[in-house]
Parts: sequence; C-alpha cells; structure tokens
Amino acid sequence: MNYQPVIGLEVHCQLKTKSKLFCACSTEFGLPANSNICPVCTGQPGVLPVLNKKAVEYAIRTAIALNCKTAQQSIFARKNYFYPDLPKNYQISQYEMPLAEDGYLEILNAENAEISRIPRKKRIGIQRVHLEEDAGKLLHAVGSQELDYSLVDFNRTGIPLLEIVSAPEINSPEEAYFYLQTLKMNLQYLDVSDCDMEKGSLRCDGNVSVVAEPSNLELERKVAGSGKKLGVKTEIKNMNSFKALKEALSYEINRQIEVLESGGKIVQETRLWDADRGITQSMRSKEYAHDYRYFPEPDLVPLILSIDHDLREENFVAEIKKNLPELPAQRKERFIKEYQLSEYDAGVVTAEKKLADYYEDTVKKLQVTGFKLQIVAKTIANWITTELLGKLNAEKKAIIDSPIKPEDLAGLIKLIQEGTISGKIAKTVFEEMYNTGKKAEKIVQEKGLVQLTDEKEIAKIIEGVLRENETIVREYKAGKERALGALVGAVMKKTQGRANPQLVNKILEEKLRSC
Amino acid sequence: MKITKKDVEYVAKLARLALTEEEKEKFCSQLNQILLYMEKLNELETKDVPPTSHVLALKNVWREDEVKPFTHTKEILKNAPEKEGNYFKVKKVIE
Ligand SMILES: [Zn+2]
Repeated sequence: MNYQPVIGLEVHCQLKTKSKLFCACSTEFGLPANSNICPVCTGQPGVLPVLNKKAVEYAIRTAIALNCKTAQQSIFARKNYFYPDLPKNYQISQYEMPLAEDGYLEILNAENAEISRIPRKKRIGIQRVHLEEDAGKLLHAVGSQELDYSLVDFNRTGIPLLEIVSAPEINSPEEAYFYLQTLKMNLQYLDVSDCDMEKGSLRCDGNVSVVAEPSNLELERKVAGSGKKLGVKTEIKNMNSFKALKEALSYEINRQIEVLESGGKIVQETRLWDADRGITQSMRSKEYAHDYRYFPEPDLVPLILSIDHDLREENFVAEIKKNLPELPAQRKERFIKEYQLSEYDAGVVTAEKKLADYYEDTVKKLQVTGFKLQIVAKTIANWITTELLGKLNAEKKAIIDSPIKPEDLAGLIKLIQEGTISGKIAKTVFEEMYNTGKKAEKIVQEKGLVQLTDEKEIAKIIEGVLRENETIVREYKAGKERALGALVGAVMKKTQGRANPQLVNKILEEKLRSC
Repeated sequence: MKITKKDVEYVAKLARLALTEEEKEKFCSQLNQILLYMEKLNELETKDVPPTSHVLALKNVWREDEVKPFTHTKEILKNAPEKEGNYFKVKKVIE
C-alpha cells in the first residue's frame, strides 16, 4: 500500500540580540555556567520582565519575509510546566494573538530533481510566528562520566527564541530538509539569527503522520470504515542536525507505516530521536506535559503593532518593512539578470549570504580595475564554485574563513584576464595563495610564472621539441592528428606550463606545415 | 460546568501539590464557587467589549537591547538547596 507522509515542522531559532528577551543579561555563548543570570531570568519573587524591542523587531522582520500577516495586537502568555531547566515553572511564550500568522515560504529544490522527486518550487504554509524565551541547559554527564544527579545552567534561560510553525504541507523527509535549508538561508539573510544547529541556535521538532495515497481506492474504503485509523500524528523531538532531521523523519514514517500495515494503531505521543541507535522512542514522561494551562502573562502589557489612529506604532512595522534586506530568492534572480549567471551558479553563490557577499565583493574589486562585468562575472563564479568551495568544503571551512579574500581572488583573475598567466598556471597560483595567503602577483613574480608570450622564444622552444620528437612528427605528418597534443604537451612541459597555449598551437602548426 | 474531585486531583498533580482528602473537598467547593461567580458575570452583555489581556491601559512597554550584567550571580546560586561549582544541582532528570 502507498502512504503519503504529512509533516509539519516547528522551528525555534535563537535571535541574535545582545541581551535576553525580558532582562538585560548577556546572550553570549560559551561563558562559565550561571554567569549570565539575574533575578528576572531566574524567577526571583517580585521581579518584572521588560520586553526587548530588538527581539520584536527581528521577529517582525522575519514574519514579513515569510509573507505573514502581522497582528494588530499581540500578547504574551504563560506556558506552565515543571522541569528543572525552567526556574519560574512557566515559560513566557505566546498562545492567543501571536505576533504574526498565515504566511508561506517558497522552497527551492535540489538541482537533482530526479532523485528528490519533488516539484521545483513549492509553497509551504507558515501557520504562525511567535516570540518566546528559551529554557536553561541540563547537564547529565561531565565528560564521559555519567552523573547520578543533574546540573543546571541558566545562562540560556530567557534568550529570545522565534518559533516558526509550518502548516502540515511537507510530504517527504527531503522536502523537510529543503524547507529547513531555505528557512535557515532566509533567517541568515535577514540577519536575525546565526542558525547554528551545533550551538543550538536553530532547533527543529516535527509532527508526522501518514495517510493512504488518495489514488488507492481499496485503502480509502478501508479508512472510511475504520475512522481514525490513519492520520494520527506523533511529535518528534531532538532532531538537532540536518542529517538527523532526514533520518528521524524517514524512520518515523516507516515505523508508522509498519504499525498500520500490521493492523496496529498510531498513538499520539512525543517521540525522541536517538541518533546513536537511529530510532525514535516514546517519551513517557511527557504524558502530562501537554496540558500547559496557558493564560495571558499579567506582567507584560499588550503589543499594539498597527492601528490606524496611532502613527507611531504603525511606523514601527512600516519601518521594518521598508528596511527589509534582500532575500535569497531575490538575490538569486538579480545575479541571473545582473551578472548573467546560470540558474545553477546563481543558486550556488547565493545559498549563503556571506558567500553571495564574497562573490559581489570580488566582482566589484575587478570592476574597479576596468574589466567588463559580463566577462568576469562568470569567471569569478567558476573560480568560487569549483576551486574555492572545493577547498573550503574539504576542510569544512566557512567562506568567511577563506584564506583568499575577495580582493586577492580578483587579483588572480585580473592576471588571467590580462594574459599575464595562463589558466593552467592560475590553478597552481591559486593553490599557493590558499596555502600561504600570499597575493597572486607576488607568487607569480617570486616563482617566475609569468606567461611566456614572446613568439620568438616560443618558436625556439618548439624547434627544439620538434627535433627531439621526430617519430611523433612523422606520425602527425602521416595523418595522426592526435600526435599534435603530444607535441603541445612537450612544449608546455619544457616551459613549466608558462607558454601561452594559443601561441604554442599557432606556431606549432606553422612549423609543422613548413618542415 | 462543575468541578469534580477528579478535576482537583488532576490540577493538583499538574501543580505538583499533595493535597489531603479534606483539602480536595475544600478546593472542590471553592473552585465551584468561583465558577458560579463567573456565571454571574456571564449575564453581562459583552458582545462589543474587546477581551482584556491586561488591567493597565498600557501598551508597548519595552527597552532597548542593552546588556547590563547582574553582578551578584553568586547570591542567586546561594538560594539553591544544592549546588556543585557554578551549577544548580537537582535530582537526576533525563529523557
Ligand atoms: Zn537575566
């Protein structure tokens, strides 16, 4: 039987404010335990939370980019539950009247649509976007030493989180992966979050169910007869990497199908992804947790984000809208138009904001030196997507850690365009630049790699090569065209690749004709 | 709607409260009285009254994103029934 997975994702991203959501504690990562805490975020009696304006700004910026409707009025709520990572015994979150609702994110798919079986573009609905505070961190082991108690660090408590809830419109683990990738890319372009899954600044939970493919009539009849048999969802937690997201969803989908196929029932529950064992497991301790008894947070007054007769507040949202940065999809389109990049190249260089910045920086540096945009734009894209990213990816380095800076890459391409070095030599120079951080010009001078363009000198070398390779010359004369390649190779070897290839070809052919 | 003893026990469990049988009876009747009062309020026509989320007529109270470190973090740690180094120490909780 065929089943279609139905997935909704709940993403939490940590907003990159300097201070926490409701107090002035720092949000800095990696400080000693419990050094960024205060009476407010540890829930001491008599304290009052005060909302961080920047966090609201970031949240609204994101909501607008996700095509959501921002609320006219938004309120905070207490979500009540007991857990040692939550000092107040409630989390300040939003329930009724979130900041924004009802948007969508258009996901771009992988180039290899054949494998993914997914349409190239798809809109995934965004149900809501709201602000809440993070909880603390629990430690169950010190190093490899398992503790028989737990330790609590409240540094993270109260750090602003943006919760983004998708509609259940994702239909495969791959699509979930693209959704999260695209969302992450947008959040980075919006400059609201670092989205570092390793540091926990981007987290993702999923709701998963499976339904029989509508085309399967037989099964439909079965479902109609047995009512609630299909479509019960489970909540999957702890998918803390892109790999985990895909694996956990695949596992859970298969698990549910197996349960249904063997005549069982899906139990609505929370399940935890165990990456080591590659399975999801029921979290029995969460049985009671779903009754959070939300109620409006009495310590915080409502947010009025836009009303006709209050210009000041309306300006707040309008201002954010006006200053919305360029988003990845827009930037990609612009790169295709402005730099005449292929869809593929534009997709690769805009996949990360910092990479797109790197690309544009390099273009600008070259333009300064008087090169035509159309000529260099594509060359730069090639060098970045093949050589530079190849190196960086192999070393798991980010573009900002590239030892070759945009002006240096521009310098290298300038030397190629001017004919100072050949494309082949350029690769050697690039290697050297990457390893030593030296500038292209300096490497070329030091190593004497300047391209040989003196026709007389090339002719002399060619004459020598022809004398040394009489057999090959005879073969060529006998009609074996491929022999020419061997002769060119010999010339290049003699000049350590410095000879201008066009000139070598030209002179070589002339000499062969006349000898 | 009427609050039963079972409801009281459920809420008590959520709030981690251990109640005696007498307390359960007492809260059951008190909670029912509160609900009765709410029913009284329901007699009012509130069709055109927007729900109140806060009793003060304030809105958009917020602060700029500035860090002001709290310097007495050790005092907070002092309140902990148990601690270890800079950490609060609790009974083992693990999923
Ligand atoms: Zn604090």
